[in-house]
Amino acid sequence: MRNLFGHSAFRNPSVLIGGSILLLLLAVSILAPLLTQYDPQAIAPRFRLKFPSDEFLMGTDMLGRDVWTRVVHGGRVSLLVSAVVAIIAISIGLAIGLTAGYIRWLDGPVMRTMDGLMAIPGILLAIALVSLSGASLLTVIIAIVIPEIPRVARLVRGVVLSIREEPYVEAAVGLGTPTVKILIKHILPNTIAPLIVQGTYICASAILVESILSFLGAGLPPEIPTWGNIIAEGRAVFQRAPWIILFPGGFLAVTILAVNILGDGLRDTLDPRMKKRLGA
Amino acid sequence: MAAIPVMGVVAIFVFLLLRLSPGDPAAILAGDTATIETIAAIRADLGLDRPIPEQFITWFGQLVQGDLGRSVLSKQPVTTLIAQRVEPTLSLALCTLIFAIIVAVPMGILAAWKQGSWLDRGIMALSVAGFSVPVFVLGYVLIFVFSMKLDLLPVQGFASLSEGLPAFAARITLPTIGLSFIYIALFARITRAAMLDVLGEDYIRTAHAKGLKDHVVLVKHALRNAAIPIVSVIGIGFALLIGGVVITETVFNIPGIGRLVVDAVLARDYPIIQGVILLFSGIYVLINLAIDIAYVLLDPRIRY
Amino acid sequence: MRSRRFHMLVSAIGLSIGLGLLAGAASDAVAQDKKTFRMVPHSGLRITDPIITTAFISRNHGYMIYDTLFGVDDKMAVKPQMVDKYEVSGDKLTYTFTLRDGLKFHNGAPVTSADVIASLARWGTNDAMGQKLFSYTKEWKAVNDKTFQLVLKEPYGLVLDSLGKPSSQVPFIMPKAMADTPANKNVPDEIGSGPFRMVKSEFQPGVKVVYEKNPDYKPRSEPASNLSGGKVVKVDRVEWITMSDAQTATNAILKGEIDMIEQASYDLLPELKKSKDVVIKDLLPLGMNYMLRMNWLQPPLDNVKVRQAILHAIYQEDYLAAQIGNPEYYNVCGAFFGCSTPLATDAGAVGVKKPDLAKAKKMLAESGYKGEKIVIMAPTDLNSISQLPLVTTPALKAIGMNIEMQSMDWQTLVGRRAKTDPIDQGGWHIFHTAWGTADMMNPIANAGVKGLGKQGGFFGWTEDAVIEKLRDDYARETDPAKQKKLAEAVQKRAYEQVLYIPLGEYHQVSALRSNVVGALPTPALALWNIEKK
Repeated sequence: MRNLFGHSAFRNPSVLIGGSILLLLLAVSILAPLLTQYDPQAIAPRFRLKFPSDEFLMGTDMLGRDVWTRVVHGGRVSLLVSAVVAIIAISIGLAIGLTAGYIRWLDGPVMRTMDGLMAIPGILLAIALVSLSGASLLTVIIAIVIPEIPRVARLVRGVVLSIREEPYVEAAVGLGTPTVKILIKHILPNTIAPLIVQGTYICASAILVESILSFLGAGLPPEIPTWGNIIAEGRAVFQRAPWIILFPGGFLAVTILAVNILGDGLRDTLDPRMKKRLGA
Repeated sequence: MAAIPVMGVVAIFVFLLLRLSPGDPAAILAGDTATIETIAAIRADLGLDRPIPEQFITWFGQLVQGDLGRSVLSKQPVTTLIAQRVEPTLSLALCTLIFAIIVAVPMGILAAWKQGSWLDRGIMALSVAGFSVPVFVLGYVLIFVFSMKLDLLPVQGFASLSEGLPAFAARITLPTIGLSFIYIALFARITRAAMLDVLGEDYIRTAHAKGLKDHVVLVKHALRNAAIPIVSVIGIGFALLIGGVVITETVFNIPGIGRLVVDAVLARDYPIIQGVILLFSGIYVLINLAIDIAYVLLDPRIRY
Repeated sequence: MRSRRFHMLVSAIGLSIGLGLLAGAASDAVAQDKKTFRMVPHSGLRITDPIITTAFISRNHGYMIYDTLFGVDDKMAVKPQMVDKYEVSGDKLTYTFTLRDGLKFHNGAPVTSADVIASLARWGTNDAMGQKLFSYTKEWKAVNDKTFQLVLKEPYGLVLDSLGKPSSQVPFIMPKAMADTPANKNVPDEIGSGPFRMVKSEFQPGVKVVYEKNPDYKPRSEPASNLSGGKVVKVDRVEWITMSDAQTATNAILKGEIDMIEQASYDLLPELKKSKDVVIKDLLPLGMNYMLRMNWLQPPLDNVKVRQAILHAIYQEDYLAAQIGNPEYYNVCGAFFGCSTPLATDAGAVGVKKPDLAKAKKMLAESGYKGEKIVIMAPTDLNSISQLPLVTTPALKAIGMNIEMQSMDWQTLVGRRAKTDPIDQGGWHIFHTAWGTADMMNPIANAGVKGLGKQGGFFGWTEDAVIEKLRDDYARETDPAKQKKLAEAVQKRAYEQVLYIPLGEYHQVSALRSNVVGALPTPALALWNIEKK
């Protein structure tokens, strides 16, 4: 907690580089309507598959929609999905992890259920959830969140189990401090650093999973552009109009790169123990 | 072993997920211009008009006897369908794992050995990049360059090992390279981290002090002790592989289990979806068991 | 140390690429095999019973392994196929058919009248035209092993059109034992009397189907013409290899790994056209049709004036341009029974010219529409029609309708469109689909112009006594000129009541290696007569 907003994190070059790239991408997405002159959904068959030009910065797709417009609008959705997924997955995973780690008799059943969820390949679960309940923003987010929860829960439970052995926690228990207070005061703060790091990885993975869902035809509908479904739609014409894939693909790769760099940097400064475990 | 409750959770979860969702296999079977009466007759034949608890008991009863049921559409037993598709998927998964290990472990060792050098930074930068490129984009680029432009390898398909090693290798090479990227990235990072951990230990310093050569220290002492985290990540890697396999199979037209299950989801072919997910979770449980055993073998300190 | 590691890495990569190269050379030799024909079908074969489903892929499989009593020729005239000769009695109530000599099933058993009658009975349970024929039928009886009779209750104009029906569901002839399977269960085997045999041991549902030439097949002596004439097989083996990725299929045919793509992607045609090794052919001259279907049970679409307003807001060209793009492969078509068929007419057609939006708005105002939400179901995973809802939505918004487009995968749509429930309980207003012209060539075959409401027909529950009466009159009529008049009347009524909205005709083209000759244009897929030079 102490060094969360301290300058050590902000002096780390990885955090600086990753963070600035992300801020830039975020700014572009938020300002999307100002940066584009077309409607991301408007179809103009006359302008199908145009090569990038002054008029269409990144060319047009099969329906004559401006790729640049779709890419920046798609960025809003992709970034939103990844952030929301990370927040929800961490909140739920945190609650489950704390419960399982601290309340002994719940540990077994809760963790077995988590194991069961983990045993189902995340991608398959997500495909099934989305195609079975209809592709909307909400279902896509839920579908990406569910497979992430057990991982967060496991991480938190691990932290809880190690912290509750610490003398100061045992002392607090001995003094009759209420469970909720112990959880909030002593245990929660210790989970924050690893969770921030985990959160960045979830963000990166959410963007990738969303693109995989789109690729398999189980992603968001085309009227909500995301980098994933722009790429998925463009793949049929990859060799003829590679710009439809390469531009959103480039944005997607740079974002994941930035998030990963940021995550690595945060891990180095926030959580030296994890650095040892997961690599620099 | 917690395998049985885990599989139980999976079974119930998957069953409910499928039955409580919209979509009607009977309508899919009957086709687009079929009449309403035909569809109702097919629904009745498939037993889809019965209450869900009754369907569950029937299905579970068969499952316990090792019967995964039959595909709604093709009427083939699910076990047969899975058996037909195992070889391509297994080949792809194993080739990818082996290739990734062969490339990534030396990369990780090199990076750790030369920590802080340009080589280290280069390898780590590459490994972050490996995480960032969607596997299908990579697949298309590989096909475009190696098959279409350079005309070196076939575009698509799978050849069984029984058709000869050359045919097998020709078709598995590009999918393996495409799918390997992310695992090379992952394994290289883990290897580097694990090696760094070990290289800081006293006994390594002692070994150096004794005048042992670098490569002897690296391989004999350090790598052996770094093996545990590497092995466990390879295990996790396998679970991750399944997602990539689905995509790679589509791009390279490999008739594997990934395509089987995605097609089944899109067609609501419930018995296939249930069968494949159970199979995958079974493999997952087995792999975890294997990792536990590997721990014991690799690290004499762990005893069960 | 360092060099050793590098050595290992480099040799590993080198080894795999080297092996690959070697194999690349080996695989070319296989592809040059002239007696094996490899093609990418339009979708994966999973359901092998062409009577239980209307799916085209199952119909095409049927044409491989089964034979038909009659087949249509180039001019869509019905010609005998398994039948040698037939007679119609003076009162037009009794048809007597005699089978050709030498017809044998793949298991060696001869084809008999009993097999034929059982097969037709099963087909008549499921198929719309079959149902109609059977409602006029008094009995089918076997005179002897090779001769059988159809006795009608009253004269029926479509006996031969029904038995020679080119598209789903086709009255294929199976052995009696298979045909006795209830019509709601898949047939348990793959035994036909057709020009090919299925190699069951190599069947992988959704992935690969293998057929071999049926050496016992006796083709007719006439030259092959559409689905009639001699079905002479000129290759030993046919492989259907499913490729779900259009780019992959395109690359594969460019490299000669396959000989044909049944439906080439429009967007990739320019790439194929650049190659001198590939030719593009329209093997489905009748084409396909897009349509917009409404739910008549769902207010406000129960009001014909609202449906009329929607009809008048539609412009076919917009749909065709968005979905197909290249005008070479589409044409506006206001005909309900196809634009290149004997019953083609533009009677009553709307939507073929640019719409008068002011008029449509006025009609909507007069209908009493009060801004009720209209739900359009949009399939995201079916590329062949996924753009259509994206055109309808703005078109209807433009006349002031409150549209909610709901995206889902095709299979959810297929399940949901069967629901008659209100909107808040998962009901629907509008969906789009595409049908082959061969399946809608006349008022009986075209399930979209049925007016039976909840009693039967296609989703949408269109109910109209007038159109049912016209269809009945059409079925009874035996004079082609009068049939045509009745078909016109059906079409006019269909436009007045808006049974569905035609959105234009398009052509799906095939890509073939240039050494492939003898591909026949048909409403289905004919792989006899094809050879590799």
